[in-house]
Amino acid sequence: MDPIINIDRLSFHYPDGKQALFEISLQVARGEKIALVGANGAGKSTLLQHLNGIIEGSGQIRIDGLEVKKVNLGAVRALVGVVFQNPDDQLFSPTVFDDVAYGPIYQGLDKQAVKARVEQALAAVHMGDYAARNPYHLSGGEKKRIAIATVLSMQPQILVFDEPTAALDPRARRELIELLHELPQTMLIATHDLEMVKTLTPRTVMLHQGRVVADGPTAAILADEDLLKTYGLW
Amino acid sequence: MHYSPILSPQPMHVPDGFLSVLVSLVFWALSVFVIGIALRKTNQSLGEREVPLMGVLAAAIFAGQMLNFTVTGGTSGHLLGAAIAVILLGPWPAILVMTSVVSVQALLFQDGGILALGANIFNMAILGVAVSYAVYSLLSRLFKRQSWGLFAAGFGAAWSSIFVASLALALQLSLSGTSPANIAVPAMGAIHALIGIGEGLITTGALAFLYAARRDLLKRGEARPAGNRGLLVGGVLAALVLAVLSPLASSNPDGLEWVAEQNGFLETARSAFFNIIPDYSLPGISNPALATIAAGILGVVIVFSMTYAIARADKRTPAQESMQR
Amino acid sequence: MQELYAHSHSGIHRLDARVKVIFTLAFVLFLSLAPARAWPAYILFLSLVLSAAVLSRLGIGFVQKRALLALPFALAALPLIFTGPPPTVLLPVFPGLQLSYSPDGLGRFASIALKSWISVQAAILLAATTRFPDLLFALQQLRVPKIFVAIVGLMWRYLFVISEEVLRLLRARASRSASLPGARRAGGSVAWRARVTGGMAGSLFLRSLERSDRVYSAMLSRGYNGELPAAESTPLAPADRRALALGVILLTFLWLLSLLTGG
Repeated sequence: MDPIINIDRLSFHYPDGKQALFEISLQVARGEKIALVGANGAGKSTLLQHLNGIIEGSGQIRIDGLEVKKVNLGAVRALVGVVFQNPDDQLFSPTVFDDVAYGPIYQGLDKQAVKARVEQALAAVHMGDYAARNPYHLSGGEKKRIAIATVLSMQPQILVFDEPTAALDPRARRELIELLHELPQTMLIATHDLEMVKTLTPRTVMLHQGRVVADGPTAAILADEDLLKTYGLW
Repeated sequence: MHYSPILSPQPMHVPDGFLSVLVSLVFWALSVFVIGIALRKTNQSLGEREVPLMGVLAAAIFAGQMLNFTVTGGTSGHLLGAAIAVILLGPWPAILVMTSVVSVQALLFQDGGILALGANIFNMAILGVAVSYAVYSLLSRLFKRQSWGLFAAGFGAAWSSIFVASLALALQLSLSGTSPANIAVPAMGAIHALIGIGEGLITTGALAFLYAARRDLLKRGEARPAGNRGLLVGGVLAALVLAVLSPLASSNPDGLEWVAEQNGFLETARSAFFNIIPDYSLPGISNPALATIAAGILGVVIVFSMTYAIARADKRTPAQESMQR
Repeated sequence: MQELYAHSHSGIHRLDARVKVIFTLAFVLFLSLAPARAWPAYILFLSLVLSAAVLSRLGIGFVQKRALLALPFALAALPLIFTGPPPTVLLPVFPGLQLSYSPDGLGRFASIALKSWISVQAAILLAATTRFPDLLFALQQLRVPKIFVAIVGLMWRYLFVISEEVLRLLRARASRSASLPGARRAGGSVAWRARVTGGMAGSLFLRSLERSDRVYSAMLSRGYNGELPAAESTPLAPADRRALALGVILLTFLWLLSLLTGG
């Protein structure tokens, strides 16, 4: 079975010369839920932004066989939905409906299809009643769910999250983790929340200073105190 | 993704060299005068909050000018922000905010000249604000009963701020003898009538968001008696004057009389100079070609010797250091 | 977003900011006062600014790369070539269409373009050799109102932070801008895209308003009461004074030269 995400020797350096990623290789199978852990500055966010072509490094990335390069970006972004850390940066429309509808409208779907997609996406995050609300007034947890819905409405096969539980209160966090359990998509989750990693993602990839230093079953990795200490996670 | 603050040279920030010194200085004087009033009025209305509010909002407008949307293929539209500033802050603070934005654009990013900064401030930060204030006040009162009244007013205010500012620039260019009015006015007007649509649409979008999120913030742009009346009247008058003056100027292909007067001023200066030093003639100066070549050679020599001197200094320093060890 | 200031150890970097501001302003002023077609004088103005580029150790190439930005505006003066004063020559362009070409007009156009290009190089050097806080301080010492300087200072402080927010907004939008296989045209209508961008602007401004509240509270907590500290103004050092005087004399000389050679 071909991996749905195939990253082959990905390297990236910033315009000022600083190297951020060194020859990262990673394969993700369809349906897998993977945690991406590492200290701040390890390169997690940088890596995630390569997956939908926001950043372009050297090396090759294939999403469901499609190479991530300029000519394919439109198609890639329909396959990979990225949910960023700060929902305020993702919710920029006057109503929830408008925000969730952005993706489908951009894709050129007609009105009925857009409406159907929005309703499906909001239902998937259990926020069906919120369509007319103004995203600005929602709580942190509600905003996170809507942000996920804005991506779900494009019906991607892969979901990528950058620190999904950051800044959430305990209940909102618990509800979010339950939601992530439910969603069937392949998932790559960059996070500091090791408790969530234990319950949600069977496989963990650890980054340190731009390199993959561990890749294996979550239970084993998170039980390895020495490993965690060496790479700044303990 | 590294975005430069100047995605494309903005057609309204005029660089140095295009406006005559006289025009530049006149508009510097006008701008300084109005900014002085704006400082006093803002201090009265905002007090201590003035500095943090203006400063951060100016940063937001400056950064917000990076927000773009593709129009067709390669071109994109983006925001100037005068209308939004007026609607959110009221006219006098908006003048200060836009002045800060335009000044930093000129000083830090060379978007607009230094001598020409007075005119740029006048066009975008003062005229743009006054006109959008006038249009917004009038239209929002006119369409008070309609649900879309607010958005029509915002669109109108934004569009007018761009359009009228471009007319002012066209007239300044023709007064300076740079562009004949019968070409500058229609060209600037037409281009900015289109750009103004983009500004209008973005402003409407911003208003829609703000209306949904914080309706209360949209009150300040509406006309208030007393203090702002001067600006309101000024804005309406300015728009009318420019609207009438532009077609008049366009119909006169040679531009206005001022150009001739300016050339006259220079002639006077030259003849005065020659009177002081009568039979003075530098060998070669009377022959323009020779003079140019001489200057060229001199210029190259100057630059080359600077380069050489610097290169020598660089080479000597490490040697000096090792001598001191 | 990157600021223009480029650090280097040069005499120009070390000059008092006030000298640089006044000299740059004088440079642009005298150059603008030069009549059209004073080519020898323009060349010397150019070599003056190129020498400054060399002396600042930033290099001529550094300045030239940015100087090209000013040139597109030259289109505004292009008509002069055709509408300039007589004598004019009629050029047949197409059968039946003739353009009147004025050599005088061409000279004026070239003068404007050249002066503009040289002026922008001076402005680039000013920004590249002077740290922005020093520039602001110089303006304050040169009697620009304190409040205004404070506003611009705070603006500069938050410019980069808020620019990062804008980048994140643009990035989030790009991530949701996808296309579907098939002939469907992606992108929505221009009007829709403009309104979405407006929504992003509105969201940005709203968050900035709230940020300004937090900044205000922080300032109050540190004793701010609306009064701005007076700038302790130090008089110009003799070396700086000499440099300024020398510069202005040089500029005056170049201007007089332009009067002789132009028009």
